[in-house]
Amino acid sequence: MTWLEYFNLFMQCGPFIILIGLGFFVGSAVERAHFKRLRTKEKQLLTIPLTDLKTQPPGVIGGGAVLVSGSVVVASDYFKTIAASLRKLIGGEIRSFERLMERGRREAICRMMQQAHHMNAIAVINLRIETSSIGRMSRNPSPMVEVIAYGTAVLPARQSS
Amino acid sequence: MIVVNTEIIPGFEILELKGLVQGNTIRAKHLGRDIAASLKNLVGGELKGYTELLTEARRQSLERMMSQAQQLGANAVINVRFTTSAITQGAAELYAYGTAVTVRPIEGNESVTSPDGASAFRPEGSSGSQVPA
Repeated sequence: MTWLEYFNLFMQCGPFIILIGLGFFVGSAVERAHFKRLRTKEKQLLTIPLTDLKTQPPGVIGGGAVLVSGSVVVASDYFKTIAASLRKLIGGEIRSFERLMERGRREAICRMMQQAHHMNAIAVINLRIETSSIGRMSRNPSPMVEVIAYGTAVLPARQSS
Repeated sequence: MIVVNTEIIPGFEILELKGLVQGNTIRAKHLGRDIAASLKNLVGGELKGYTELLTEARRQSLERMMSQAQQLGANAVINVRFTTSAITQGAAELYAYGTAVTVRPIEGNESVTSPDGASAFRPEGSSGSQVPA
């Protein structure tokens, strides 16, 4: 092959390979960094009791309540999207998307707990988590998912004099 | 106005039912954000532009719900639920609904003031942390 043929081949496959490489290396690094951030945040924030029960947990006596929420939109990277579309041919578990959803959920809960923290809440009850797929475009098979977590922050009762 | 997603409000008692209240908004994303998001889509992770857009939209639907409750003469909305649905490509409906009621602090809890109900959807930084004194 002449150099021109090599050049043509590169122009055809190059962008694809670069995007896959970018998705693989940068995407994995971003994911690892995110999980690390989540672990430190959870350590600080999950000191407040969190439950999906509708009533106050035993021992908690609140004097008020307010809605708290956290939401995040997460997207998959190019490499994982391609890997998943190959996976769809044979079926089975798609690990990379599982991790994506986990990131979204944990981040949304963290943001919600941050608000509860700001309000000096003593507990967060009736946690609800909802997920919705946004931006499902015909040309774009990569998932974009919005996760929202919301709940009721129980505020401390005022010290009776 | 007190807004919670539980059926009871800790420290308060429910006096009167005012009825169902709801608020919705349909938002389309704009092109600039779409392009930025599709670039971010290559490496994955959070799409901040969309997060902000949806938070803002959800706050608006909640505010519409609260203004309905106000018209009914309620001072709290309980059992609030949110749903999101994609209407067409690139547009989403955000819907909030709940039950408007009137409440009163229970005995010995007169002094408690609750933060504004929509404070859950303040943009970050200005997270209206009106902590009851």
